[in-house]
Amino acid sequence: MASNFFDLKKRKEAAAASSSSKQKTALSQAADRPVPWVEKYRPKTLSDVTAQDHTVSVLRRTLQSSNLPHMLFYGPPGTGKTSTILALAKELYGPELMKTRVLELNASDERGISIVREKVKNFAKIAISTATATNASKYPCPPYKIIILDEADSMTQDAQSALRRTMETYSKITRFCLICNYVTRIIDPLASRCSKFRFKPLDEGNARLRLTSIAEAEGVRYQEGVVDALIKVADGDLRKAITFLQSAARLHGAVKERTGDDMEVDSGPKGGEITVRSIEEIAGVIPEKTIDDLMQSMEPRPNGQAVYTPVAKIVQDIVADGWSAAQVLLQLYNRLVFSDMLNGNQKNQIVAIFSEIDKRLVDGADEHLVTLDMSLRIAGVLGDTGS
Amino acid sequence: MLFVDKHRPKTLDSLTYHPDLSSRLKALANGDFPHLLVYGPSGAGKKTRIIATLKELYGPGVEKIKIDSRVFTTTSNRKLEFNIVASVYHLEITPSDVGNYDRVVIQDLLKEVAQTQQVDLAAKQRFKVVVINEADHLSRDAQAALRRTMEKYSPNLRLILLANSTANIIAPIRSRTLLVRVAAPTTDEIVDVLKGVGKIERLEVRDKLCQRIAVESGRNLRRALLMFEAVYAQNEVVKDNTPLPPPDWEALISQIADEIMAEHSPARILQVRAKLYDLLTHCIPPTVILKTLTFKLIPKIDDTIKADVIKWSAFYEHRLHLGNKPIFHLEAFVAKFLRLLETYLMDMDYDF
Repeated sequence: MASNFFDLKKRKEAAAASSSSKQKTALSQAADRPVPWVEKYRPKTLSDVTAQDHTVSVLRRTLQSSNLPHMLFYGPPGTGKTSTILALAKELYGPELMKTRVLELNASDERGISIVREKVKNFAKIAISTATATNASKYPCPPYKIIILDEADSMTQDAQSALRRTMETYSKITRFCLICNYVTRIIDPLASRCSKFRFKPLDEGNARLRLTSIAEAEGVRYQEGVVDALIKVADGDLRKAITFLQSAARLHGAVKERTGDDMEVDSGPKGGEITVRSIEEIAGVIPEKTIDDLMQSMEPRPNGQAVYTPVAKIVQDIVADGWSAAQVLLQLYNRLVFSDMLNGNQKNQIVAIFSEIDKRLVDGADEHLVTLDMSLRIAGVLGDTGS
Repeated sequence: MLFVDKHRPKTLDSLTYHPDLSSRLKALANGDFPHLLVYGPSGAGKKTRIIATLKELYGPGVEKIKIDSRVFTTTSNRKLEFNIVASVYHLEITPSDVGNYDRVVIQDLLKEVAQTQQVDLAAKQRFKVVVINEADHLSRDAQAALRRTMEKYSPNLRLILLANSTANIIAPIRSRTLLVRVAAPTTDEIVDVLKGVGKIERLEVRDKLCQRIAVESGRNLRRALLMFEAVYAQNEVVKDNTPLPPPDWEALISQIADEIMAEHSPARILQVRAKLYDLLTHCIPPTVILKTLTFKLIPKIDDTIKADVIKWSAFYEHRLHLGNKPIFHLEAFVAKFLRLLETYLMDMDYDF
């Protein structure tokens, strides 16, 4: 070692070797590091975006013409709004140029009026950075920057109004993309400056395709019906479905080890597989049995006995078991509104009850009292069938 | 030290009930750990489970905690003092302490934590954990601020949200976390715990007494343990039928219930009001007062008007949340109850 010490060349070599090996391990570590599947399978290009054909085709055309309007993406959570704009930005600029050309602000950043006036305006003002030759050859690199305002519906009205003129003044060198869940929360002057894209909830076929392909790629074992259950509980929200799938896989240890070839074949009960029930448990769905019991208790008793005692008991158990009142409401709703046993008038009354209860829950009223009140009132409606 | 703290299980293995849940948490802690949203009624053991999980994640280091006081400045230059309970590996915050300014805390603090890596290289995990208490009291803004932070900084940061119910958690947060439901222990499980504690403390354990405490506690283990300790502290010899002393405020509320039932007149409302004020000035939450009062009154009245009483109780409880002067709504409930009862009694008279 001592002789090596003065041998500069050798030391350099050794250093290079060790650093390269270090780099390698660091790389492999980064690959090994657990990433949420939602991030891992976030669409990398526009064509990867699932089920938003209309939006994607319009955006693809802008890719070719290299002109982009201001955009407003809206739609329910988990439909790919953020993914689409990030994928588009990547296709336009490539990973390197993206750092200087794209500004992403979301609700985790302070976005009061002062920030819009300073940060956004300053970014909108600065001249466009030049693309290096390599980048320019690979990507379109159009001559404008993009400012992404994610979760724009949580911006204050004032902050939104401050954007108005900024958007117009710098429109030559800057494009805005606003992303929100509720388009009504965006003030009209802003909405009219943007071309709107609606993201619709994912349909079943596309969601299924995506989920099965992810499950395949991760080597997840699952029982029949799990994908259906996922689609049902996620309700068009793909992110939710993927998160649930990953959580369930973690809980059951249902991910195959891909070390040896013979491991793949081995489908013994060692790791366990995802069950439909576990998906429901993760999603907080109440077992059918509990709802059955509750329904049973709400049925009118013979010879005019009050339903209070049985209902109160079951409600107390539901609350103590930690089921959320909103979920009770949802499942009762699905049961009752599509039930053939009730006439139209009864359904009207029941729906009115549901709406009031939902409002109370959102206002933060006590779950126990609210659930009990809801159950008793529904029982009352169920009680007077005739007349 | 109270029994509740003294006998709190420290590891996932020593938790007595919900073995499935414990083994799941253990599997999560040893695999790749997601963001968690833990919900369940109070006294079900949410916090205990989380602390045990943290220990499983990082080892005994998480038990060395210190309290930091930080000052945050809002955009309008108001200074906020905020307490953080922290170990080397995790932080524990209660953002609802600062009311409407919780957004500032979430934005500043979480970003700061998320952008720094774990300092201790020997740590078992590369990420830090932030435990957020009372997550269901977070304002909408604060929850919105969590959304992208949870995704963007997931290599450095895991969140554990603790809540009593998921109703007030916005959907985007729910779709980013693994929901963990902690059900309250059943009465049998509570009895087992009480017996276990009694054995360690070398007390003379009575089966029937434990059973009664378990029922009385309403499946709230914390409350059961406190009652258990109180009974043994107050009586030298404990028998099966030793009375369980209710907390002062509960005694007062049942007194109110008796008074309401005894006489239905405006003068009585005035009397009751004084007692309600008394409760409020002792910082008993108005929701608790209303709820306890309702459930004390219910057994005393006829089955036919129970549904109505619950209806109005729920109605005024909702009002409590919307309004800002609790006494109005509590009084209104009392008046409404008297009215209901009176109408009912009048109808009875007419029937004859």
